[in-house]
Amino acid sequence: MDTAQIVLVVMWVGITLYALLAGADFGGGAWDLLAGRSRTGMARRKLIEQTIGPVWEANHVWLIFVIVLLWTAFSGVFASVMSTLYIPLTLAALGIIARGTAFAFRKAARELWQQRLFGGAFAISSILTPFFLGTVAGGIASGRVPPGLARGNIFTSWLNPTSLLGGVLAIMVCVYLAGSYLCDDAVEAGRPELAEWFRARALIAAVLIGAVALGGIAVLRLDAPQLFTGLTHRALPLVVAGAVFGVGSLILLWRRVYPLVRATAMLGVITILWGWALAQYPVMLPPSLTYRQAAAEPAVLTATLVVTAIGVALIAPSMTWLLAVQRRALRDAGTPE
Amino acid sequence: MATWRLALSAVGPATPADLIAARLQMALSLGWHIVLACLGVGMPALMLIIQWRGIRTGDADYTRLARQWAKAIGVLFAAGAVSGTILSFEMGLLWPGMMGTYGQVIGLPFATEGIAFFIEAIFLGIYLYAWGRVPPKVHLLSGIPVLVAGTASAFLVVCANAWMNAPRGFTRTDGVVRQVSPWRAMFNPAVLHETLHMIVAAFMVAGFLVAGVYAAGMLRGHRDRYHLLGFLVPFTLAAVFTPIQILVGDFAGKRIAELQPTKLAAAEALFRTQAGAPLSIGGIVIGDRLRYSIEIPYGLSLLVGHSTDTVIQGLDAVPRAVRPPVMIVHLAFDTMVGMGFLLLLLSAWLAYNWWRRKELPRSRWFLRAAALSGVFAVIAVEAGWTVTEVGRQPWTVYGHLRTSDAVNPAPGLWVGFVVVTLVYAVLTVVTLYVMRLIRWSERPVAPQERERIHEPETS
Repeated sequence: MDTAQIVLVVMWVGITLYALLAGADFGGGAWDLLAGRSRTGMARRKLIEQTIGPVWEANHVWLIFVIVLLWTAFSGVFASVMSTLYIPLTLAALGIIARGTAFAFRKAARELWQQRLFGGAFAISSILTPFFLGTVAGGIASGRVPPGLARGNIFTSWLNPTSLLGGVLAIMVCVYLAGSYLCDDAVEAGRPELAEWFRARALIAAVLIGAVALGGIAVLRLDAPQLFTGLTHRALPLVVAGAVFGVGSLILLWRRVYPLVRATAMLGVITILWGWALAQYPVMLPPSLTYRQAAAEPAVLTATLVVTAIGVALIAPSMTWLLAVQRRALRDAGTPE
Repeated sequence: MATWRLALSAVGPATPADLIAARLQMALSLGWHIVLACLGVGMPALMLIIQWRGIRTGDADYTRLARQWAKAIGVLFAAGAVSGTILSFEMGLLWPGMMGTYGQVIGLPFATEGIAFFIEAIFLGIYLYAWGRVPPKVHLLSGIPVLVAGTASAFLVVCANAWMNAPRGFTRTDGVVRQVSPWRAMFNPAVLHETLHMIVAAFMVAGFLVAGVYAAGMLRGHRDRYHLLGFLVPFTLAAVFTPIQILVGDFAGKRIAELQPTKLAAAEALFRTQAGAPLSIGGIVIGDRLRYSIEIPYGLSLLVGHSTDTVIQGLDAVPRAVRPPVMIVHLAFDTMVGMGFLLLLLSAWLAYNWWRRKELPRSRWFLRAAALSGVFAVIAVEAGWTVTEVGRQPWTVYGHLRTSDAVNPAPGLWVGFVVVTLVYAVLTVVTLYVMRLIRWSERPVAPQERERIHEPETS
């Protein structure tokens, strides 16, 4: 493996963690919207708040990490993507602002109308942000971002069938991930009746994802043939594994084996993301710009990897501690005084 | 292999409206974030100092203050984290001409900053959650990484800005960057004075802003010990840093005279290269002259070279096309220095009274000024960044890349600017409102704080 390849893998690990961790936080926002009226939904919203509260900022940092790695190691790709897709990315950025601040402010608010207002902003931005990020992924995957500054069409690069598929799929994956985590968390917090409520709706979400994914095959075949070929040839084992994990997690959810649902849902997302990567490797910007052409100079890649390695050594134990704290917070929150 | 990279530098024309919009959007989001960044660096220091005092003395007022500040940090950190994220987006959305070519040169400090940010977010979560559940000393220790990582972030981000002012660590042939040395780029000659100036400024902003809240409380008649401590501790910290900052500023001026003489000339509105250059305060630029200013003869030469004979390079040394807008830079510079000395006076006022009588100055004017001291400090920081950024124009990467070549050539950037401005206007109002709301709140308000999941009372 050359250094550029290692950086590429590290970056994709970052994207995967962002999807698994922050994706579930976005999904939590969507569940907040579905949680019912102020009074009936209160316990559900509190559970969501508990699961997101201590971790969302740390989870959010993965996005910054990936962006910075991309601009350091593949500067030209970063510039091409950002300049062509500046509309959905600006909207995603605004969604990130609204989501983070509204979530923090809601807890500080005292009046019901304030909590509703901030809650609404939190929930809606939690749905729009992954949608726009999904359209960006679709635009890149379907080869609509040519190398160079703003060389692509600033509208059709993200308003196209593959982008819409990406956006919808991103929302649904976030919802499903959060739903499966919340079932597990509710049991952990000693509130199995909340888990039942999330379970019923997560089952519906799982079926819908399956339907969208099946429809997506047709979309990709027509709209992104290069990606389609990759997915049906080289990445086929991962695609099949993704389907197996999806169905498996549906069955486990039905049978209420929540810790395993969490694991299979995560594996499902991992296989989708790595399937996409494998389908288009070594091309970074389809149709033809490869990671090798786009890579920064070796000195830069080495320095980046050194810093990343030090970072992992510092972050991994701290992150483990934080997640343990979050689990303990959940258990405490459920137990009476 | 490098051929496609040329597509990154061959930028189409952005309209003047889009270029201005992009610059204003960057200025707005940077200017907004910087206040929160200052609080993010300085407030953990205040919180840890006062918590430590609380543990040492067993005084409940200290502990209550520490708890209040921790809540505020929790809420403000959310706003700081997301407003910082937008900046990393905007580097690409607005300035792909810079990032596409120089992203690899300038990336290392940002990558390192990403790690510092991680540590900050993780330990803030732990610190706020662990309140009251672990022994106080262990809890205090868990807060230290927040302070260290916050300060490190400020250092690293300013390293990247320093590089834009003193670009090093690469060679450029035919528009393509080669022989990149990321470490040399990161530790460029402008790092020392820029990072020192910024980090000290962050402690001043945080100290004066927090103190201002309690000064306002005292003006409203809350003359208890809680308010006195809430005012004195942050104000003292900031007041100690104020004279240090003036010395650091002097050092920065000397470094800029060496690295970017044009920027210094614009800051002082010095048009003619001369020995015995005066220090001009205020005034209006008309044509190629500064008029109606107060001049201190030989002042600038003395400050820069400690001699009246020191020759200071004026704006006439460079063609008009590479001069920054003099009026803006000069006024911003004077505003920054003016605010710095105002804060120094205020600090001296308190120091004198405390030395003589062990109490606050009796004049209500002291409290009025102290209540506004945070605003003065924020104005100084904003003005200082205006000097740094506008003073670098027309360059984005000094001497290498013009701002008009760095901007995104995609049409319609001004629409984005309008939308972003509206969002920030709402965000500002809401943030201030929420800060007022949580001022006296004793219940959990920060996202990381613990709370129970309870059913609504059925009535």
